[in-house]
Amino acid sequence: MSAETEIKAAPHGDYVGAKVGMWLFLVTEVLLFGGMFLLYSVFRSKYPQDFHEAAKELSVALGAANTVILLTSSLTMALSIGYLRSGKKKPSVLFQTATILLGFAFLVNKYFEWGAKIQHGLYPDSPELLALPKGEILFYGLYYVMTGLHGLHVIVGMIILSVLLVFTSKDIVNGHSFIKLENGGLYWHLVDLIWIYLFPLFYLIT
Amino acid sequence: MSAGYQAPKSFLDNHGKSSGAAAWILSTDHKRIGILYLCSMLTFFSVAVVIGLLMRIELIAAGKTIMEAKTYNAFFTVHGMIMIFLFIIPGIPAAFGNFIMPIQIGAKDVAFPRLNLLSWWLYISGGLIAVLSLFTGGGAPDTGWTFYAPYSIRTGTNVSLAVFAAFVLGFSSILTGLNFVTTIHRMRAPGMTWFRMPLFPWSLYATGWVQIVATPVLAITLLLLIFERSFGVGFFDPAKGGDPILFEHLFWIYSHPAVYIMILPAMGVISEIVPVFARKGIFGYKAIVLSSLSIAGVGYLVWGHHMFTSGMSDTSRWIFSLLTFIVAVPSGVKVFNWVSSLYKGSIDVRPPFLYVMAFIFLFSIGGLTGLINGALSTNIHIHGTYFIVGHFHYVMFGGTGIAFFGALHFWFPKMFGRMYSEKIARVAVALLFIGLNTLYFPMLVLGWQGMPRRYYDYLPQFQPLNVISTIGSWIVAAALIIMFTNLIRSLFKGEKAAGNPWDGTTLEWTVSSPPPHENFEEGPVITHGPYQRT
Ligand code: HEM
Ligand SMILES: [Cu+2]
Repeated sequence: MSAETEIKAAPHGDYVGAKVGMWLFLVTEVLLFGGMFLLYSVFRSKYPQDFHEAAKELSVALGAANTVILLTSSLTMALSIGYLRSGKKKPSVLFQTATILLGFAFLVNKYFEWGAKIQHGLYPDSPELLALPKGEILFYGLYYVMTGLHGLHVIVGMIILSVLLVFTSKDIVNGHSFIKLENGGLYWHLVDLIWIYLFPLFYLIT
Repeated sequence: MSAGYQAPKSFLDNHGKSSGAAAWILSTDHKRIGILYLCSMLTFFSVAVVIGLLMRIELIAAGKTIMEAKTYNAFFTVHGMIMIFLFIIPGIPAAFGNFIMPIQIGAKDVAFPRLNLLSWWLYISGGLIAVLSLFTGGGAPDTGWTFYAPYSIRTGTNVSLAVFAAFVLGFSSILTGLNFVTTIHRMRAPGMTWFRMPLFPWSLYATGWVQIVATPVLAITLLLLIFERSFGVGFFDPAKGGDPILFEHLFWIYSHPAVYIMILPAMGVISEIVPVFARKGIFGYKAIVLSSLSIAGVGYLVWGHHMFTSGMSDTSRWIFSLLTFIVAVPSGVKVFNWVSSLYKGSIDVRPPFLYVMAFIFLFSIGGLTGLINGALSTNIHIHGTYFIVGHFHYVMFGGTGIAFFGALHFWFPKMFGRMYSEKIARVAVALLFIGLNTLYFPMLVLGWQGMPRRYYDYLPQFQPLNVISTIGSWIVAAALIIMFTNLIRSLFKGEKAAGNPWDGTTLEWTVSSPPPHENFEEGPVITHGPYQRT
């Protein structure tokens, strides 16, 4: 009841409201990928053997490296928020930069991974791919679309974090007003979380 | 208004630094954004109505009348796309929700005013991209607004750009929903508990959740369609192991809940107008609230009723059919509640109330024909016929469209501070009611007799009813012209409206017309339910 009767502050100052908004947005992101996970499960149950064969072709090492990179970046993200909240701007800036760089490292890794596949002629609609069994065609289709869409989210996340970095260094985001950074962090964790599902689905369960 | 009382400056007077058009298209005031939406939506609506009228002229006689088959295909696609994505989905929430809801809950604005403005910009960009798609690439899309694979992947028309436009519009819709849900959670006035909240915000709350939960599925579906067209990935192509039926599933997983995005706010509007003109509280307030919430909860599970003939197991078909019947119950609950609210009321039959009566009648036809669609055996008979076209026009135009215009007549004095001619408004709504039935009832019969939808031609025996239907479209057009002329004229010449011209009880009627810049001079404190008369 007290929450209902409390007098509402100016909209921009509503910390909880900003959080609610962000979480709702994350719901939409999960559902966006949900559509893809749905396709994955339909196709996987239709062609279990082909998926099994195709997954062997992916490099677990590269995938694992990227998993480590992203998990570390989530850590640095959380640290940067922790420092900012306790008013320590410098380490916060440092860890934000580290997060962006780790995101970049993830993309570089991804670039080489995709590059190698494309070199081998394995990309949507390629003659080599179309010569494979149907389930493998779909596996690679899913692989490109899902990791591609995820990569796009990494890029968006890096752009958001870069803006926040500027905000932090200009003290627009600071020890008293850190909701923007927290929300940026939530977004970054979500991108991380989606990868945590993509990694086993494509690389581990063969 | 008592003498000597100086009304506060209204939101229509400029406040910020910018002036002219910039003071509107850059404004984060929810009221201005609501009006921006209203104007842009009505513009798109008018275009789509003209396309509809042209289609009806084509159908006045069998064979080619005024256009080629291909043009007709492009016409129903563009008509459907505009009506769905640019008019009826943003519809009531974006225009009236934006303007009225924050005032009704006693707030100064929505939770994220800048995001709100961004939604409008996305909306207008999506609209312009859609228009662009008609004149570039392979020309206007010809797939129907449903973009079914495999045709949508193979056609040379500009499907990719049109679909991208729908994607952008979906984003706009998500942001509006997210904004409203947060606003309603966080910004209700002191004392406004959940069950003291008026029913229109309640309906927007339920709608907001549907927008948040369903629209992302549309987004991914449309993206996949673009990927298919650009890269040939193969998800919907049997030659590559994919399955076109999956597209239908994904599409309807969004597009069935989307019908609740269309109808729930309309029901919210009706729930506001009824108690005002019945001069008594609403019957079954909580039942109406719960029915909105349960529609928003169960509505995701019935999409399969659009696909009974697409190839599905019998088990899934009867489950989808059963669930469809169950989800119809809450809508029925609402209709009964409105009608019961009128019982022993001292009803004041003013123009907004006439829209309510038209709504209840037309929506009931739409809803009941929906049950005919939802029953397995009858569905096989009417699938893909004009029965469907009749059904959804009854729901969308007879239901949501009428509620939209009802809301416009109800809140017009509040929004613009002017009254329109009630006499002309009555003529318009009567004509609209007659026109809609003349236009769409023959379609139900034609469909029952087997006339398929989405053709520019038909067998000769279908002509008489088609002629009647086309005449109906002219009556509708006349009604719309009369209605808009009346409203536009009164924008300039109408009498000044008082703060509470209809004797309403909710908060928007406690502020001046048009409302001041930040809605309330003094933040309201709520001590009783929304429809209580003192
Ligand atoms: C004067 C008003 C209107 C007229 C004359 C009209 C007429 C038509 C006609 C002739 C068709 C094509 C039927 C076919 O060949 O299958 C059609 C389709 C459609 N209309 Fe309307 N209509 C009007 C208003 C509306 C409104 C207000 C809405 C929704 C808010 C709407 C939504 C649709 C949709 C979704 C389709 C299906 C398009 C498709 O098959 O892909 N219409 N309309
Ligand atoms: Cu449906």
